[in-house]
Amino acid sequence: MKILVPVKRVVDANVKVRVKPDQSGVELANVKMSMNPFDEISVEEAVRLKEKGVATEIVVVSVGPAQAQETLRTALAMGADRGILITADGPTESLGVAKLLAKVAAEEQPGLIILGKQAIDDDANQTGQMLAALLGWGQGTFASKVEPSADKVAVTREIDGGLETVELKLPAVVTTDLRLNEPRYASLPNIMKAKAKPIANKTPADYGVDLTPRLTTLKVSEPPKRSAGIKVKTVDELVEKLKSAGVIA
Amino acid sequence: MSVLVLAEHDNASLKDATLNAVSAARALAGFAGGEVHVLVAGSGAQGAADAAAKVEGVSKVLLADDAAYGDALAENVAPLVAGLLANYDAFLAPATSRGKNIAPRVAALLDVAQVSEILSVESADTFTRPIYAGNAIATVQSSDAKKVITVRGTAFPKAAASGGSASVEAVSGAADSGLSSFKGAELTQSARPELTGAKIIVSGGRALGSGEAFTQYIDPLADKLGAAVGASRAAVDAGYVPNDYQVGQTGKIVAPELYVAVGISGAIQHLAGMKDSKVIVAINKDEEAPIFQVADYGLVGDLFQLVPELTSKL
Ligand SMILES: Cc1cc2nc3c(=O)[nH]c(=O)nc-3n(C[C@H](O)[C@H](O)[C@H](O)COP(=O)(O)OP(=O)(O)OC[C@H]3O[C@@H](n4cnc5c(N)ncnc54)[C@H](O)[C@@H]3O)c2cc1C
Ligand SMILES: Nc1ncnc2c1ncn2[C@@H]1O[C@H](COP(=O)(O)O)[C@@H](O)[C@H]1O
Repeated sequence: MKILVPVKRVVDANVKVRVKPDQSGVELANVKMSMNPFDEISVEEAVRLKEKGVATEIVVVSVGPAQAQETLRTALAMGADRGILITADGPTESLGVAKLLAKVAAEEQPGLIILGKQAIDDDANQTGQMLAALLGWGQGTFASKVEPSADKVAVTREIDGGLETVELKLPAVVTTDLRLNEPRYASLPNIMKAKAKPIANKTPADYGVDLTPRLTTLKVSEPPKRSAGIKVKTVDELVEKLKSAGVIA
Repeated sequence: MSVLVLAEHDNASLKDATLNAVSAARALAGFAGGEVHVLVAGSGAQGAADAAAKVEGVSKVLLADDAAYGDALAENVAPLVAGLLANYDAFLAPATSRGKNIAPRVAALLDVAQVSEILSVESADTFTRPIYAGNAIATVQSSDAKKVITVRGTAFPKAAASGGSASVEAVSGAADSGLSSFKGAELTQSARPELTGAKIIVSGGRALGSGEAFTQYIDPLADKLGAAVGASRAAVDAGYVPNDYQVGQTGKIVAPELYVAVGISGAIQHLAGMKDSKVIVAINKDEEAPIFQVADYGLVGDLFQLVPELTSKL
């Protein structure tokens, strides 16, 4: 079974982004960029399935600026076999990305597509579900366990009340949650080897997909600021403050 | 502008998240004097439909009652919604795990972009939403003819659960897609209030060190306060508490009257889920911990000593 893993280049999870003074967006110049953390989990899961002999080939795909090539290289160093870079400047919307991924899936015919549950920049949490709809496949979102068999995959999902398990007909779409696995660090030899792995360069036009955004960002502003309060010295002082604030009786 | 709201329910009753979504829907419908309808898709869900009919501001309830909708599988529910939307201008779902699973599938079937987790309705086509873990708020305008939206519950008041008298109308769709099936669930059992609706939350972090410590230190404090129990990702990943306790950017978003963070450092991803709480208390032995930057009352010290003392003094 071939596995397709879409990976997005995003602002690193440890960066606290700043809103630009003119409210046109957030400051992205000279900010550390990384693979979306959920996508690292997706790549790891695919690599483990390959190590178990379930997956035969792992194809990673990214839609974004030319530098998204680095994100693909990271995935190749973790164990993916080849990459597809679809160059698109400017922000990408989940719907447009899902349309591109649907075209890639039609070409590649994967048995499983594993995406992250959300990209930590736009926090959209949409692409996997949209892709599943466009392909007419089942979707196992927010996965904490993925167990493929011959023609099905059982997916345990993290839901508001706990966990639930669904069974999907293959091919299917899975989106990963934090507890699925712990992504490996690529070893130096594997980073070197990844340099020789192929990356195909494509454009949205190659797939006949129009990425014109449907949403216009009118402005980006700072969230309401919360100011630090006070430090209390003792538990008694804390209890007294909470009582006078009226939050406890 | 007529708006269809997806009900969050357990067939017998309605979940509160529906009430927040109804408020958002009323704000949206208000821009053109339209109606708010609620879709209850379930199996044996008359109870939930009757409850939805009583919600203030709802003028009609659509009840799709079929075994295929009983487990809220997105593959079955999304085509039902997409079909019904021929008669609506907008579809709103609560940003719960269920709403987040279903709504984007609806959006793609209709070829529209989804607006995720809105915080406010600015006009018939303009909304605010958090990006970058809530470190920025984007004001976005949708050019799609139909809007598909998920609603952040903490950003909208709950519509009154009584006072309405909507009619209940049966609707149907293609039912079972054959793509997926429900195999079972392991739901967290707790006598405490639900995290997202709780007035008081006590959350524990990595510092607790074990599940036993949660039981020994966090639970008694929560019991004293009548609070729900939450956790940081680190505590969940370490297996101290179940996954659905996680508060944060990628967990639950909460905004209680009182949030007590115990042994939690205050990473941006955690703050994203709780910084709209009314009063925040932090107990941490590191006086430089970022959590103190958002805490109204900070107590520096060892939780294993301070928490029992606090519990005994309440
Ligand atoms: C993609 C992504 C998504 C994420 N989503 C979330 C999310 O939704 N929610 C979330 O919470 N995190 C999330 N995180 C993780 C987040 O970045 C932090 O790693 C996590 O919140 C840290 O948890 P913690 O504060 O419990 O642990 P730590 O950061 O290890 O902090 C423990 C704290 O306990 C204090 N302490 C230790 N011993 C004691 C003691 N005896 N008494 C008092 N204080 C003590 C320490 O001073 C320290 O401040 C996410 C990360 C990523 C990359
Ligand atoms: N530009 C992109 N390139 C590749 N994959 C993407 C892109 N945008 C989103 N994805 C995938 O879709 C997931 C969810 O993203 P989102 O719907 O934007 O929150 C991510 O974790 C990726 O797996």
